[in-house]
Amino acid sequence: MKSKTSRYIFCLCVLLPIVALYAFLRFVPIGSTFYLSFHRWNLIDRFKPFVGFGNYAKLFHSPEFLTALKNTTIFTLGTVPLTFGIALALAVMLKSKAVSRYAPFYQFVYFLPVVTSMVPVAVVWKWIYDPRYGILNYVLSIFGAQPKAWLMDPDTALPAIMVMSIWKVVGYYMVILLVGLNAIPKEYYEAAAIDGASGWRQFTSITLPLLKPIILFVIVISTINAYNVFTQVYVMTVGSQGAPGSVLRVLVYDIYENAFRFYKMGYASAEAVVLFLIVAALTALEFGLARER
Amino acid sequence: MMRFKALILNFVLISGGILMVLPFFWMLSTSFKPTEEILSWPPKLLPGRWTLEHYKGLFEWPFERFFLNSLLVATLSTISILITSSLAGFVFAKHRFVGRNVIFFLFLATAMVPFQCFMVPFYITLVKLHLVNTYLGIVLPMLVMSYGIFFMRQNISSIPDDLLDAARIDGCSELGIYLRVILPLSRPAMSALGIFAFMNAWGSFIWPLVITNTRDKFVLEVGLAMFQHRFFIDYGSTTAGATVAVLPVLLVFLVLRRNLIEGITLTGLKG
Repeated sequence: MKSKTSRYIFCLCVLLPIVALYAFLRFVPIGSTFYLSFHRWNLIDRFKPFVGFGNYAKLFHSPEFLTALKNTTIFTLGTVPLTFGIALALAVMLKSKAVSRYAPFYQFVYFLPVVTSMVPVAVVWKWIYDPRYGILNYVLSIFGAQPKAWLMDPDTALPAIMVMSIWKVVGYYMVILLVGLNAIPKEYYEAAAIDGASGWRQFTSITLPLLKPIILFVIVISTINAYNVFTQVYVMTVGSQGAPGSVLRVLVYDIYENAFRFYKMGYASAEAVVLFLIVAALTALEFGLARER
Repeated sequence: MMRFKALILNFVLISGGILMVLPFFWMLSTSFKPTEEILSWPPKLLPGRWTLEHYKGLFEWPFERFFLNSLLVATLSTISILITSSLAGFVFAKHRFVGRNVIFFLFLATAMVPFQCFMVPFYITLVKLHLVNTYLGIVLPMLVMSYGIFFMRQNISSIPDDLLDAARIDGCSELGIYLRVILPLSRPAMSALGIFAFMNAWGSFIWPLVITNTRDKFVLEVGLAMFQHRFFIDYGSTTAGATVAVLPVLLVFLVLRRNLIEGITLTGLKG
């Protein structure tokens, strides 16, 4: 009996500080975001007037927010399927007997951009995309293309950043998918081969269904990350000193600007709530789709 | 047929691999070129004359300070995450009490909310507590990690209960079991989580950007971004700065290779 009490005391002593930390670092801020989103506040005023859904109404009339929403959605719709497709193709290639001997080497190489942090990599890609001396324009000029100011033109800035973002993360998802592929028992393929199933048939009937939980994981995580894109956009397209604003507005940038440059705390919180709802809805949708099939 | 297939596959994989490495190569090469070579057309693959001038300029900014700040923040975050995750993981995996599953679920649920979604109120709290532009302010959000708790719970669950009971019969307290049984047995999981947590903290950007406002508190990521905004056409300096920021991570990666790949992907996978 005594030992049971001492176990309870241990649990209490361990969990209490951690719960307190969670309350301070997660629960309260998450709750306050919803609370603030219904108020107007500039960080200095003593009063926070309640404005109901006023901030939300303003959001959907703000051209900046709508542009940010559009850009972020295009970014997500473009990068998530492409990243997944490339990563899966790479993983399947690495799994093939013909190259599996060199697989550790390839994994290492494709993982280089994953381990490096985003800011230095974004700085380097900005240089690659440079309108006058960038190596990309040089390579394209060999094929007779006109030089382009990739990151300064809103039309090309988004695709340019998408390419760089796919480059950065594809190795991560490749390794995850490879772990999933390795977990599929060999016997399934041997049985299918005896039954005369072609390689493509084996892929669609064995690999894809058995890989489904991993695929779901990859799609969900990459969607969440894509909707939260910020760092590379901030480094590569935000105007330099004295020129506020961004060529390419994304949701988190809009939150950042409204909260920490204009001190519209309530408005920025409403944006954050919308971002959260989008991410939650997409995650639910992806889980729903995975269950159906 | 087999050899033909191997040839094609290796060709595709090597081409992709070159694309992966090329930006790093270009970064290194540019950072050692004198400015007039950087701005020459057509660009040359390697510097004609190697120079360290761009690296010397970094110390004035001061990059060594950013580096130490990053190291401090990432280390503190990693230690805290390792302690809280293993303790909470132990309690959730091996103890039964009222409300256990509710608390565990609440912890996990916060992982669904990206940090960007609640940083505004958190910033306001830190303003009230006068923690803006302090090291404590930078690390605070990175002290706990829900994935970490989940990951450690999964790993500790696989330790047999008999082992813990035997220790209890021998008179071991719960804290003693944590220190002498749980921790030694979950060393691989802890090192994987530690690598993951460190990389996360090292690469964090938006929060340090928001919470710091003087150079002496900048972490490497923020320092480099600010440097880049100031000297955005001075590519020699910006690529030298990027090299300094990337090189330590690449060196660690070279040494740890497999462990690191496993650490990052497995932690993510089980989360």
